[in-house]
Amino acid sequence: MRILPLVLALLAAAPAAAVIRVDINSGTAAPLPIVVPGFPATADAPTAAGSTTALGSQVASVIAADLGSSGLFKPLDATGTAVAPGDVTAPRFDAWKTLAAQALVTGNVTANPDGGITVGCYAYDVFSSEELARQGFVTTAANWRRAAHKCADLVYSRLTGETGYFDSRIVYVSETGPKTHRIKRLAVMDQDGANHRFLTNGQNLVLTPRFAPNQQTLTYMSYADNRPRVWVYTIGSGRQEAVGESPNMSFSPRFAPDGQSLILSMSQNGTTDIYKLDIASHRLTRLTSGPGISTAPSYSPDGSKIVFESDRGGGQQVYTMNADGSDQHRISFGEGRAGTPVWSPRGDLIAFTRLTSAKHRIAVMRPDGSGERVLTDAYQDEGPTWSPNGRVILFFRTAAGRGGRVDLHSVDLSGTNERTIKTPLDASDPAWSPLLP
Amino acid sequence: MRKDVPVLHKASTVAMIAVLVGVGACSTKKKALPPAPPPSSAPMGGASSGSTGGGDAGNVGSTAIPGSIADFKQSSGSDTVLFAYDSYDVDDTAKAILGKQAEWLARYPNVKVTVEGHTDERGTREYNLALGDRRATAAKNFLAAQGVSPSRLATISYGKERPVADGSDESAYAQNRRAVTVVVSGAR
Repeated sequence: MRILPLVLALLAAAPAAAVIRVDINSGTAAPLPIVVPGFPATADAPTAAGSTTALGSQVASVIAADLGSSGLFKPLDATGTAVAPGDVTAPRFDAWKTLAAQALVTGNVTANPDGGITVGCYAYDVFSSEELARQGFVTTAANWRRAAHKCADLVYSRLTGETGYFDSRIVYVSETGPKTHRIKRLAVMDQDGANHRFLTNGQNLVLTPRFAPNQQTLTYMSYADNRPRVWVYTIGSGRQEAVGESPNMSFSPRFAPDGQSLILSMSQNGTTDIYKLDIASHRLTRLTSGPGISTAPSYSPDGSKIVFESDRGGGQQVYTMNADGSDQHRISFGEGRAGTPVWSPRGDLIAFTRLTSAKHRIAVMRPDGSGERVLTDAYQDEGPTWSPNGRVILFFRTAAGRGGRVDLHSVDLSGTNERTIKTPLDASDPAWSPLLP
Repeated sequence: MRKDVPVLHKASTVAMIAVLVGVGACSTKKKALPPAPPPSSAPMGGASSGSTGGGDAGNVGSTAIPGSIADFKQSSGSDTVLFAYDSYDVDDTAKAILGKQAEWLARYPNVKVTVEGHTDERGTREYNLALGDRRATAAKNFLAAQGVSPSRLATISYGKERPVADGSDESAYAQNRRAVTVVVSGAR
């Protein structure tokens, strides 16, 4: 469901440059105190998702949670300060100064004649009393959380200078049962864990789901019919289709940036190579020719290059090549091995798994292999995926031992603000969607 | 100690029946999930379970039905060969087991098998799928070199998805780095 942005009426002259600004690169800096009081209803009205008054409170909570989860903002408790409808466009800044809030996010929820809602979103610099941003979002009542995420993205963008990432989804593999007989299911949820649902029933082992650029389709690996190979899942219809007729195992699929083809790896006689698979024609083009294992390919955002891992030089290391397979060369050199590289949607970095004798950790490096930084430290961290703005990395963590939990974590590019992403069951193989339209 | 004995006997009997029953049930149907790990009886214990020895009078020994899956495991010593860390080299121990598997397969030419390749939990998911394929292929190629027709040999890799030991120590890792020869059809 597309959310229509709406330029709110009464737009004053373009706001002056913001006085406050959040430095996204210094992860250790104190987060910016921000206040998001419940959005007051101009006129309380029922909607399919509850009254506009109730929605106003819930929308504010979602916005505060989004901004707080970034680690860049510290949402303050605003329950002691009443907000009247007129305060939305003319805030009483003195009250928020008392709270020591530096930024204010407010707005309103209005019921539309067609049953939908409009969420008005306003951001202010408290100390300069300046308006920073305003935007309306029109959607169905059931979609109110997405309107809240859009508002949080607007505020994040205005205060950091970067695109937001809150209106996005995560697909992952839900896990349950003992290690020796794990049941795995595809599941999808909003970036904040809401609207969780399972996509497959656990009958077949499924691995490594990835979003298509349009978020409407997934590609993944399934052991359906005891034939481990790449499948495509259409989210709206639930249709699942194996792609490619090869009897060989195919796995580790990802969409090309244009969505027209997949890149994947296929094993034959103990050798694993990387192929491009045209989705419409099912035509396979081989891009690597051994020796050894080449797998885990990922396109650069412009589609011109591919990063992948290979053990052709002895141990598992990260390589890049042009999209046609030319100019293959190794880029990772640090201590230990390196695998599962993923190109940032900004193009500036590659996230990967750094493997030493005892640990797997999440790291980043530039596309030429320089500037490596290790971001996490645990028994096994693996499988990084980027937030749509390339500022946060999601991965899965496996604890050691018999009952070792497997769950999702996120970490900032600065290596700070590590957080656990709550899921109903154990969770692995996350993939972050692009920003939703 | 004494108490454990009958319990163990019971467990292995149940496992044996499960295997025998499984032959008929599984030989033609597709499996929805990978097979359960093999019974935990010691692989070297097969020699003493025959009924021809001078056992105590009055006891009835049991033996695997010739040509059955239980017979395959007993005759081969094991359905499983192990690998070193990040390796797919078939070592001497593995060669001995695979050699006996090949001998048995020569006696029962209608049997088809799938060699499953597995890894320990270290290493990334994708790499381990490829490494499991290497191990399954290495075991398959050894069987083929012993004269088993490749048309009777399939492979499948489970990477690190189906360990038999659920610990995170060297002992568990060693058990999980394996190729398992699974009879899929043609057994009695």
